[in-house]
Amino acid sequence: MAIVFIPRQLAKLTGGVRRVEASGKTLRDVIDSLERDYPGVRERLVEGERLRPGLAAAVDNTFVGLLQAVEETSEIHFVPAIQGG
Amino acid sequence: MATTKKPSPSSNGKQEYRVIGKRPIRHDGVDKVTGRALYGADLQLTGLLHGRILRSPHAHARIRSIDTEPALKLPGVKAVITGADFPPAGDKVEDLGEGSVKLRDLCGNILAGEKVLYRGHAVAGVAATSPHIAEQALGLISVDYEPLPPVLDVREAMSPDAPLLHDDLFTDDLGEQATSPSNIAKHLQFEKGEVAAGFKKADKIFEREFETAMVHQGYIEPHNATALWKADGHLTIWTSTQGAFIVRTQVATILQIPISRVKVVPMEIGGGFGGKIPVYLDPVAAVLSRKTGRPVKILMDRTEVFEGTGPTPGSYIKVKMGALKSGRIIAAEAYLVYEAGAFAGSPVACGMMCILAPYDIENVLIDGYDVVLNKPKTAPYRAPGATSAAMASETLVDEIAEWAGQDPLAIRELNGAKEGTRRADGLVYSRIGFLETLEAAKTHSHYKEPLKGPYRGRGVASGFWFNCGLRSSVAASVNPDGTVSLVEGSPDIGGSRTSIAMQLAEVLGIEAEDVIPKVADTDSIGYSDVTGGSRVTFATGYAAVKAAQEVERHMKQRAATLWEISPDEVEVAQGVYRNGKKSIGFKELATKLNDCGGPVSGQATVNADECGVGGGFATHIVDVEIDPDTGKVTILRYTAVQDVGKAIHPSYVEGQMQGGAAQGIGWALNEEYYFDGKGRMANSSFLDYRIPTALDLPMIDTVMVEVPTPGHPFGVRGVGEVPIVPPPAALANAIYRAIGVRLSRLPMNPGRVLEAIVGR
Repeated sequence: MAIVFIPRQLAKLTGGVRRVEASGKTLRDVIDSLERDYPGVRERLVEGERLRPGLAAAVDNTFVGLLQAVEETSEIHFVPAIQGG
Repeated sequence: MATTKKPSPSSNGKQEYRVIGKRPIRHDGVDKVTGRALYGADLQLTGLLHGRILRSPHAHARIRSIDTEPALKLPGVKAVITGADFPPAGDKVEDLGEGSVKLRDLCGNILAGEKVLYRGHAVAGVAATSPHIAEQALGLISVDYEPLPPVLDVREAMSPDAPLLHDDLFTDDLGEQATSPSNIAKHLQFEKGEVAAGFKKADKIFEREFETAMVHQGYIEPHNATALWKADGHLTIWTSTQGAFIVRTQVATILQIPISRVKVVPMEIGGGFGGKIPVYLDPVAAVLSRKTGRPVKILMDRTEVFEGTGPTPGSYIKVKMGALKSGRIIAAEAYLVYEAGAFAGSPVACGMMCILAPYDIENVLIDGYDVVLNKPKTAPYRAPGATSAAMASETLVDEIAEWAGQDPLAIRELNGAKEGTRRADGLVYSRIGFLETLEAAKTHSHYKEPLKGPYRGRGVASGFWFNCGLRSSVAASVNPDGTVSLVEGSPDIGGSRTSIAMQLAEVLGIEAEDVIPKVADTDSIGYSDVTGGSRVTFATGYAAVKAAQEVERHMKQRAATLWEISPDEVEVAQGVYRNGKKSIGFKELATKLNDCGGPVSGQATVNADECGVGGGFATHIVDVEIDPDTGKVTILRYTAVQDVGKAIHPSYVEGQMQGGAAQGIGWALNEEYYFDGKGRMANSSFLDYRIPTALDLPMIDTVMVEVPTPGHPFGVRGVGEVPIVPPPAALANAIYRAIGVRLSRLPMNPGRVLEAIVGR
């Protein structure tokens, strides 16, 4: 299963656990899996059919959308979306 | 994991380049130096009307009413609009590729709604038959304001007692909203390890507070936009922008019209540095054109640029670091508060992600706040958020080096990040070249030669910037004379026409001069994100490589047809197609295309976020001399060292390094928005807002360290932003060595330096 790094601001929802395992073929599946284990996580990460505005997801250091693939061994981070000048 | 196959640089597989690394004359050079290049202000259309913008004299006020009738009665005035002429914005959030924005904020910044939120906030737009009549009409628009107390300090704005800019702004804490409104738009947080435990183990703890001033990007060409809303409902906009497609998106969204009805033509751009990503004039010109049935052109003057467009934020930053006697930093805490301006959206997140990025520190806690106040809405500026952050962290690293008795570069090596280091935000570096920049700096003659004399000091500092990927499209078509026309959607700010053309030429085995690059409008090329985030040579270059490979594939087929063999039997190397003893060059083959299958073209679109973007690091060295009587800082010598991946066109890379350093020096020593107590900017001209000139700076020496990015076929890294990150900290460290006082407030202008000398 993929390893998800839980942002500190969501740690209350995971009982303080900061790295959790979650299954899914896509990022959306993984978030659904997180939601089953830690209710309330999804609405903190997703708005409608997209990640929340200003939020980005990095799967194995690559920024992806909700429908993109996640590997069994992937490492997933939720970080602010960056903007260059 | 989604991946994109990485094309090989050329079909011969060798890394010895014919074109890349050379310094051809830029394709747009002659037009630029002879004044033939067309900028937005040059545009003339039949029946053109001239627009002007009425701006708020108050930093914070409620608009009771606006009476436009007297202006409309002035002969020559054809239309007057206010924010009420935009469709209701609602709560929609618009994705702009590089970030997202609330539509209501976007509209409200372009033309104010119920309140004006900063001095210079646009209130109304006028179109008239001459610029003078339009200007006169502004004076006839009567706005009844109820002045409100302005909030001008970022920490005061966070106070629960502070006047609110927006009654409906609730602090967002990663998806959780506060229950009462405030000026704090967002709180962000990163944590790695156990920071409290880390500090307990430290032999010494260092802590300092920093303040940086709001500064402007200072592009030479003011904003401009010309719009023509045609009778068939199609809208064309000619504008100076870093991204024609995001202008299209924003205009269509604000005006609530189908995106396919908007065509945006990017004119030449006289600088942007991030400040020409937001739109200001385009929707106003569009609505004025719709009302009048005529094209409308609006140009800003310099005061409007300062007061009405996005600077980069001022900030308050507190940093704490715990170190062992060896100089190893084992814990760090940072607290960053950034001015968003009148609407949410400062680059505080980037500041948080960059502040400790050069270092491998086990225990880290970083908090950041995005805070609104009565100043212009901030916009990106070259490595947004990173320069202020580095001013803070690099000063402390320097202090730790001194305490530990270590050389400032050695302590950075001791703590430096490398491939595999996990950042505070959790991501892990792929191949990076930070340590290589330190090594190059250490062995540079500048660092090895002693600096002697009173009131002289040498400082170093390092910096990081992510570099962005995003989406880019190009199209290439082979001309019968053997040249290749290259169409791209990335506005050329710093020579990217040539750096893209060189990558295409490298793959095809032709000369850069045989490529004819053109930046096209939004109807003429596939979607391309902004020229920003140091991404174009990486991402658009990647698209050019893929398009060139498609062209090459078709050319092989044509050669096969010519020789009546299978394409698999054709080999190609450096632009020469071969089968046994038969061979034909690219140019000659181009003349025969119509005889063997017809014209050849190739196109490609890439999502470069999937390609493995490589972050960039810089280390700068500066020598200063300070006049003890005036506090003036003179830069004696400056060297910028940077990991540039693979330098496609070294002159342009050097230019970016020098330009970034120059802007960072201005930010460090001179530049600042001076506001009076009522929030009015007192220095809104280049006479009073002091950017460095050639007379202020020595030749900035550059050292390009080439650590190729694994994710790009040629190893390109973005180079445009990271050179602005180290200068303020490097100068602060140099000033410390010259006068023995650490400055923690930008700008370090003569008054502040003199104050520090006197107060020793």
